[in-house]
Amino acid sequence: MEKYSLRINNKVHEISAESEMPLLWAIRDLVGLKGTKFGCGQGLCGACTVLLDGSPIRSCSFQLSEVGDNATITTIEGLSDKGDHPVQQAWIKHVVPQCGYCQSGQILSAVALLGSNPTPSDEQIDTAMNGNICRCGTYNRIKEAIHTASISLK
Amino acid sequence: MFTKFLSRKQQDPENLSKVYIPSRREFLKIGSLATGGFLLGVNFQCSGPKGDPISFAPNAYLILDSDNQVTLIAHRSEMGTGIRTSLPMIIADELGADWAKVKIIQAEGDNEKYGDQNTDGSYSVRMFFEPMRQAGAIARLMLINAAAGKWEVDPSECRTEKGQVIHSDGKTADFGELIEELKNQEIPKSEDVKLKNLKDYKLIGKDVPIYDAKDIAIGKAVFGADVDIPGMQIAVIRRSPVIGAKVVSFSDEKALAISGVSRVIKIDGQGIPTGLDKALEGIAVLADNTWAAIQGRKALEVEWDLGPNQTYDSARQLEEMVKSTLTNGQIRREKGDFSNAQRKAKTVLERSFVAPYYAHATMEPPVAIANWKADFCEIWAPTQHPQWARTAVATALGIPEEQVRVNVTLLGGGFGRKSKPDFVVEAALLSKATEGPVRVQWTREDDIHHDFYHSLSAQRIKVTLDDEGKFSGWNHHTVFPAIGATSTPDELHPSDGELGLGCIDFPFEVPNIRIETHESRAHTRIGWLRSVSNIHHSFAVNGMLDEIAEARNMDPVDMLLDLLGEDRNISFEGEMKGTFGNYGEPIEKFPWNTGRLKNVIRRVAQEANWKESLAQGKNIGFAAHKSFLTYVACIVEVDKGANGELLIPNVHYVVDCGVPVNTDRIRSQFEGGAQFATSLATTSAISFENGQVQQNNFDGYQVIRMSQSPRNIHVHIMDSTEKPTGVGEPPVPPFIPALCNAVYKMTGKRIYELPIKI
Ligand code: FES
Ligand code: FES
Repeated sequence: MEKYSLRINNKVHEISAESEMPLLWAIRDLVGLKGTKFGCGQGLCGACTVLLDGSPIRSCSFQLSEVGDNATITTIEGLSDKGDHPVQQAWIKHVVPQCGYCQSGQILSAVALLGSNPTPSDEQIDTAMNGNICRCGTYNRIKEAIHTASISLK
Repeated sequence: MFTKFLSRKQQDPENLSKVYIPSRREFLKIGSLATGGFLLGVNFQCSGPKGDPISFAPNAYLILDSDNQVTLIAHRSEMGTGIRTSLPMIIADELGADWAKVKIIQAEGDNEKYGDQNTDGSYSVRMFFEPMRQAGAIARLMLINAAAGKWEVDPSECRTEKGQVIHSDGKTADFGELIEELKNQEIPKSEDVKLKNLKDYKLIGKDVPIYDAKDIAIGKAVFGADVDIPGMQIAVIRRSPVIGAKVVSFSDEKALAISGVSRVIKIDGQGIPTGLDKALEGIAVLADNTWAAIQGRKALEVEWDLGPNQTYDSARQLEEMVKSTLTNGQIRREKGDFSNAQRKAKTVLERSFVAPYYAHATMEPPVAIANWKADFCEIWAPTQHPQWARTAVATALGIPEEQVRVNVTLLGGGFGRKSKPDFVVEAALLSKATEGPVRVQWTREDDIHHDFYHSLSAQRIKVTLDDEGKFSGWNHHTVFPAIGATSTPDELHPSDGELGLGCIDFPFEVPNIRIETHESRAHTRIGWLRSVSNIHHSFAVNGMLDEIAEARNMDPVDMLLDLLGEDRNISFEGEMKGTFGNYGEPIEKFPWNTGRLKNVIRRVAQEANWKESLAQGKNIGFAAHKSFLTYVACIVEVDKGANGELLIPNVHYVVDCGVPVNTDRIRSQFEGGAQFATSLATTSAISFENGQVQQNNFDGYQVIRMSQSPRNIHVHIMDSTEKPTGVGEPPVPPFIPALCNAVYKMTGKRIYELPIKI
């Protein structure tokens, strides 16, 4: 067992865990933040996406030992204080979710995309979002919502 | 509803979904709450198995608080269709509530309180539209009477709107102000209760955002795995790798050495048949976190007796099934004399179609939490069928149902998988064994390996054209392991219920029809997946029809319109060898109307510019298919991408689902349905070797990603005053053949096997 201080959503959480434990399970089981989801455990579906220093990572395939001492982690719960991040607002406006299970991962991937490319084309959205599966089939609304958020972020 | 596909003998379709309107007294119960609020218990359950009304304890469907909040209970499971919004919305609209002040709470699984809660078969709206309106209308009348009494005016001069009763002279009272008066209200007489006209609704027929949208967007929505109980152990289970396999011996030493692992417990499976609601044989590793449990499972050493299915090979079975379609099968529908038509035919077309097993792959893998305490088992689970879960848990634990409570979380997808309570039973067994709270967490590999699969299938369709080129005969052979075989292995033919899904309900005017089934055995757990056997039936039937149109030199749209004949209700009278289920509805109440299918066909051709697009050489394909009593026509356009990949630039859907309830959710179901069907048609397949599933995760069992999704999905909803019908499943069946027919335009090759290879 190792001790880790995880800075998640601007709060430091002290945990002890095996160093190989994926960040996903630390966030869900040890820290108790449940917005980050488990979908495949193999980096294939994006449900577990969180931001590590602003970049999207698949937390299911990212060991605690790789996190680094000063890293800041953002999960869906920490994206905005009032749930009013432009991407969240766009998601609500387009009523993107069906079951909703994939959506925290989708939103964080979208936030990361818009952070690096504020006005992505359809093709760029495809490329950036291809790691996030939505089994319900909300891809078209996700794309629309990203365009909407892109405008409001300008 | 799918319980009625279980067995041809067991089914009694009519009785499952009849709405029973009870007498006034049974219907209502009013009362005050400790909080000062007002409670209206409304009962709108279905009839019992023999058509007898069942007496249910009235339940709180509507709670009114002095701060004007209206609380409504959602008794159906939310898995992404929007039902948790759409049903309460009907009450709210009829009542004249302020939607912004409506709170929705989820009902536990309780047959006595809520009647049927099995969220399956696209029937929630169909079954509950009228009862929900009734409930709202009763509450509205009581509020109006309360206000009219207070104001000493005639109730007929009052109406409700946005959470207020309004008198014609402009006086208003908030609902919350009327609580005291309400408590003294008589139960209204049935002749006084009047439903609003469709045109007067403010929510029904409009785009209403789902209730949970914000919670989902901020990560607050609670799914199965998100429920936390202090002291809870997490269990991950190594299940029998082959159906029927038994544990011979196991060693837990290495597993227990892993830090965090607390116990290893064997779960006894019942072998073959596995049934639909039992746990599989397995060894569970319990730990204080999920990761430790997963690691512990890896370290388990288990010796299996793999049993009779260890040589099962799905490719080989499929070959045998295809061969069987060349022989005479069991006749399930007969009209005219197909053999005679064949003798006289000028042309005979004969084609064989195959489709693989599919897994549900709900985004949220199965998960359930159980907390056993003092002979009582409380469950939290993403279940489509909380009552079945309750019964299954009670049976497995050997306790009465009253000692089981099932709380329903949001479902991260269902598609039929989460009707089956096997995963809930696992949690209950482990909780009882440890006398503490347990979460059973399935990994994606568990989900892909131990699903209740959509059957693999083989079909052969023989078509005859006479001297004049007229379509004179249709002979459809279908063979697939039946859902019923999961519980009753001797069920070798598909049930009437399964055939009623796009096979024996072939609606076209062809003088000679013969439909036959053949025997096949189930070597895995077979279940139902979004639209069930409509998936493979529509693939074959609509692919064949397109080919017939070509052979007859006709436009397929024109041909279908012609084959549907006059606008009329059809009943297949005298032609069925078994029962025609009509999705559990009496055919008098929900007739099969050819005119409605023709209307969606005409409209889709118009919306997609069918003729012009064909003339321009666009690669477009068409199909129409009625399922779950909803009429759908679909046109799909395809193209090839720069790297030879399949692109789907446009999809047009026209749907007639009767009165559209929540138009936004109808569209979202069709958007999602097109994407779901794209996966079935192009990327997904499960196969077995040595009795074991060959795919493990989303790398092997692929579902489409954003770049593979249809680009523009246009959903056109017919205006209708017919009874509403569901939209969860109907988008899937017509999409697949429309896509195949479009691919044929592009490549010149017909598609006889799914998934499509380009
Ligand atoms: S759960 Fe991490 S990518 Fe799927
Ligand atoms: S909304 Fe259900 S998986 Fe994306």
